[in-house]
Amino acid sequence: MKEDPGYYDYWPYENRPKIKWPNGAQLAFWVAPNIEFYELDPPPNPYRAPWPRPHPSVPGYSIRDWGNRVGHIRQMELLEKYGIRGSISLSTAICDHHPEIIELCKERNWEFFSHGIYNTRYTYGMSEELERTMIKDSMETIYKHTGQKCAGYLAPALSHSEHTLDLFAEVGTELFGDEGGFYSCDLFHDDQPTPIHLRSKKRFVSIPYSLEMNDTIAYLVQKVPPRQYGKALKDNFDRLYAEGLESGTVMCIPTHNYQVSCAHRIKAYEEALEYITGHSNVWVTTGREIASYYLENYYDTALADIAAKQ
Amino acid sequence: MSELDKTYLNYPHRSYGMDHKRYEWSMLNKRPKLLWPEEKTLALWINVGLQFFPLNQKGIPFKVPGGMTKPYPDLRHYSLRDYGNRVGIYRFLKAFDRYGIKPTFAVSSRLAERNPYLMDKIKERGDEIICHGYHMDALHYGGQNQAEEAELVKKSLEDLRRISGQAVKGWMSPAKNESENTPDLLAANGITYFCDWVNDDMPYPFQTKHGVLTAMPLSTELEDYFIILNNQHSAESWAEQVCDACDFLLQEAKTEKGRILSLNIHPWVLGQPHRIGQLERVLDYISSKREVWTAYAGEILEVWKETL
Repeated sequence: MKEDPGYYDYWPYENRPKIKWPNGAQLAFWVAPNIEFYELDPPPNPYRAPWPRPHPSVPGYSIRDWGNRVGHIRQMELLEKYGIRGSISLSTAICDHHPEIIELCKERNWEFFSHGIYNTRYTYGMSEELERTMIKDSMETIYKHTGQKCAGYLAPALSHSEHTLDLFAEVGTELFGDEGGFYSCDLFHDDQPTPIHLRSKKRFVSIPYSLEMNDTIAYLVQKVPPRQYGKALKDNFDRLYAEGLESGTVMCIPTHNYQVSCAHRIKAYEEALEYITGHSNVWVTTGREIASYYLENYYDTALADIAAKQ
Repeated sequence: MSELDKTYLNYPHRSYGMDHKRYEWSMLNKRPKLLWPEEKTLALWINVGLQFFPLNQKGIPFKVPGGMTKPYPDLRHYSLRDYGNRVGIYRFLKAFDRYGIKPTFAVSSRLAERNPYLMDKIKERGDEIICHGYHMDALHYGGQNQAEEAELVKKSLEDLRRISGQAVKGWMSPAKNESENTPDLLAANGITYFCDWVNDDMPYPFQTKHGVLTAMPLSTELEDYFIILNNQHSAESWAEQVCDACDFLLQEAKTEKGRILSLNIHPWVLGQPHRIGQLERVLDYISSKREVWTAYAGEILEVWKETL
């Protein structure tokens, strides 16, 4: 085990080369709905129990199923209303189980990125070969069902190994060259994209995803009331928008249909979306577009600046 | 850290639909639309948990949420739960009558045995009674001895039917927890609907070895216990969240038609003097909406069945 994952160098949040998003936007805004499949009876994992209680874990399983049966449509319609294309963090087995959801998202030109096969299969305990097989399966599944060359990764249930980012980038190159596997949502160290060191030396970035704005962290872990979550979203935006004048920032709202789409919560979410998209200098975009734009325009400048500051 | 072999990447259920055979995969917006009586669009199902939490809790296989947490005898939790059935419930009944609500009571069979006065009161009112298991510490759980669970279901229902004089067609497991056999046992014992699976906003058919049950949507996320005690939000916040849910469902029902606002509430939580006002605020708000139909769970089920 290492003291530091070694993915990035220390890079102070001041005096960085200025980022300007397309059309001079000062903030890149993206929404990442997690569309997940949790298995009722997954195989055991030596490091994490999928469910807190003996099989069948009806309460946990059924509320997540609610997200697919009921919640998805609600959030999708809301995002559409505010001109937001979702960047889906996808349990790729959803392509097999619930292809209707995939079709609806395809019709809306949403992005699909890999969140593993099932959210009940953890990376913990996998050999490098096993993890590579799982990642490759997930990217091939997205390609087969959507025609998209998967660009991003969020490890299933945020379960990682020391090789996760390397493997994702390498499988991306193997399948799609430079058009696949070039950004990660697994790191929370910054409010701007940052270059990531990989063993392959591939041009690869971390895109701010945010645990703090994640509805499940807010509702399930911090247990905040809906309107407090809505206010946190607006406050988060206000600060990043203001700072974006100096150098472009990224704001992400990671969501889960079984949390944010509940009838008693969706109003607070809608108010935040209305507020954020009501600002003129916001680039409403997707994870892939942010990563691509950054790689093309700022990645090299950033590398040079980081090197100069070591 | 590489203990797993390649069988960890076997996915035996990776195909269309669910990963089990209990119900069909179905998105809510694809179903036939229905209206409640008098063309109402939102059914209000108030579900009141009348629960008995025994002092000598065994906690098998887990301590039931809301149950005893301190070393025996945990008088504080025992008596505070009892408060609901002695005091809080009478505040509830007044509020229901004031706002014309038809409450459904989910009763622990052991409570029915222990509190005949309260049961007589409910029988007199004629409200619907469903079974909430034997008591809150009599959990249904994975790995439970099948004969033991069969006896538990049978006894719970026999007792409650005898005491209530009602046919008792509905069921809610303590903590909404089940074994793999629970739905089969319920169907075999004359239950027609149950409220454990929180995966839908409308009723849907649920397969068992003894025929089809209907799963009725009773939200956990909007429960008083979940919001006020688990999430530690204020009673005012609970009321605000319920009113927001009501507004949203009314709006959705404009295009999608019949929806259900189900509130699972407990007299030991909302029946407290400092919280009852928030329940009244909620009932006042919802009952003032002309699109709302207040009904027993069984009535909602009947209309849904007839329409489809």
